[in-house]
Amino acid sequence: MRFKSKWALILMVLMLGVALVASGCGQKAGQQGASGEKVIKIGFVAPLTGDVKTFGESAKKGFNLALEQAGNKAGDYTIQPVIVDDRNDATEAVNVATKLINENKVSAIVGSLTSLTTIPISELANSNKVVEISGTATSPKVTVENGKRKDYIFRACFIDPTQGTVGAKFALNKLHAKTAAILYDQGNDYTIGLAKNFEDAFTKGGGKVLFKGTYAKTDVDFSAVLTNIAQMKPDILYLPDYYQKVSLIGKQARDKGIKATFMGGDGWDSSDLDYKTMDGGYFTAHYSGQDPRPEVQKWVKDFKAKYNSEPDSFATLTYDATNLLLNAIKTANSSDPTKIKDALQATKGFSAVSGSDISFDQDGNPIKPVTILQVKDGKYKFISIMK
Amino acid sequence: MEHVMEQIINGLQLGFMYALIALGYTMVYGVVQLINFAHGDVFMVGAFVGYFGFAVWGLPLPLAIVNAMVICAILGMVIEKIAYRPLRYAPKIAALISALGVSLFLEYFSSLKFVFGPDYRVVPRPIHEVHWHILGIPITNIQVMVIVVVLVMLLLLQLLIYRTRIGMAMRTVAVDHNAARLMGVNVDNTISLTFAIGSAFAALGGVLYAIAYPQIQPFMGIMPGLKAFTAAVLGGIGIIPGAVIGALIMGQVETLTAAFISSQLRDAIAFAILILVLLIRPTGILGRSQTEKV
Repeated sequence: MRFKSKWALILMVLMLGVALVASGCGQKAGQQGASGEKVIKIGFVAPLTGDVKTFGESAKKGFNLALEQAGNKAGDYTIQPVIVDDRNDATEAVNVATKLINENKVSAIVGSLTSLTTIPISELANSNKVVEISGTATSPKVTVENGKRKDYIFRACFIDPTQGTVGAKFALNKLHAKTAAILYDQGNDYTIGLAKNFEDAFTKGGGKVLFKGTYAKTDVDFSAVLTNIAQMKPDILYLPDYYQKVSLIGKQARDKGIKATFMGGDGWDSSDLDYKTMDGGYFTAHYSGQDPRPEVQKWVKDFKAKYNSEPDSFATLTYDATNLLLNAIKTANSSDPTKIKDALQATKGFSAVSGSDISFDQDGNPIKPVTILQVKDGKYKFISIMK
Repeated sequence: MEHVMEQIINGLQLGFMYALIALGYTMVYGVVQLINFAHGDVFMVGAFVGYFGFAVWGLPLPLAIVNAMVICAILGMVIEKIAYRPLRYAPKIAALISALGVSLFLEYFSSLKFVFGPDYRVVPRPIHEVHWHILGIPITNIQVMVIVVVLVMLLLLQLLIYRTRIGMAMRTVAVDHNAARLMGVNVDNTISLTFAIGSAFAALGGVLYAIAYPQIQPFMGIMPGLKAFTAAVLGGIGIIPGAVIGALIMGQVETLTAAFISSQLRDAIAFAILILVLLIRPTGILGRSQTEKV
């Protein structure tokens, strides 16, 4: 095909553009199923493969159970879930989120799980005016960038400062620790945040941080740093990374004769943690199945009935995040992300598994307590709840 | 003082680990003048096959190691036949790019669900760990095992290359393919065998690495492969004792940097030293400058 003049070509391109925009708008405004019922699409992003795939698998169970219990309905809307995998890779997360927003035209996204992938997704979601609620991404940067709130972004978990601060308080007051050493991944916002806030709170509470060291994600040999730490004999070794890395560090630390109590954050919460190495260690978590509250006991029972296993924090928080979102869709009774966002922000006294009477602060973070767990004899033991 | 000694032992362990991989790298380079970027990934395959051997199929450790070495030797020969042989007389850059392709292929193919899968696996230690204190310096049986294996490998490679007919063939091929053919050397078989031996050593390294740092995943070969390559270049690529010397220097520099300066600087300083050495001695520590053939 040859065009007589370049004007014909420009006209064609313009028409094509208008057609694309029109079809895009049409889909966004309509969003109706074939039978005329009202449909709302919800995206779900999680690492279903890769270094933290057990997080993703658990979260998916929580997401599916929440939808199932709601009968796939919220208000007048039938929910159409779209599930995608980000492999815990920031680049991949942007790819799949772009697809969810531009191709699937979702109104809201549940996920992702780690701050590493959720931060880039949140920027994309917020600028495209799509609601996002993460169950477990704890970095403050998920909902706030340079002091500015991303209006469409929420989470169902507490944030890193809370986790580091409560961890330090627990070490000082309950374990009567006086000294600590910290090792964290220099390229991961999650571990940087926990390490910093633990250090601040521990020092402020009268403790002494003897050593603060970093490593890179690809490192596997920590013997040099651990030999140094062994010399200092700290009471606590704070390891705020994910289960596979802390298992590796923990093992080498014990090999080097470090006797300190290991402490960490919710990244430890996985069935793939090396329980034998980490035995006796404490970590801050979002929830414990041993918590006697009736909401918790009902959730554990339902989860067991469906999946024949104990729900972990990732399943629980994703379940809570999904329910918070469904509740907001019901209240707004709309598939318009702006209305859902307003309803979510106005949530009051919501009773979730990971804490009752949940509301959101101005940064989209829920107001709720922190649970402390201990790794003991191949299981997690509920220790206490702290604010 | 004991503290410094302990750090030096840590550095030795890391250095010997790099040496395990660097030996195969440098041997293949010495014979075919090809930087086999897939070496680190063969090392990964070896670690996985070894892990399956002793942790999943329940083989005794020596058998699991031999099994991994045999499978990787075959893999090495197949890689050579498919990816390198057709490009042997093409420009060097083509073979280099082919090597990169093989490396990426092995990584991503292994990540597939029905191969090894993309997940991290915790490796249960197949031997009981024993701690000794020699003059107050703690040392483990795993560290000793790694050191012994490297020294035996070094000795075997030296014997193979300088004391056997195959080694003689390899040295001939390294100098000139056509001249080697005229002398009755089967060039194809010799190169194939070189890859088989190099890959078997990579597998041995992989299994020991998985025992020392008990966690494996399909991308585990990249960083050690890169470090071992650096070590081989540092010592003088193609020269077998050079690989061990280069690896020991790398291990020592990294550990001492992490221990006494900062763990953030460890890779930066290690690679800065590489650049420095190459500026002063472009052929590496043991390398001799070759006279150009006219």
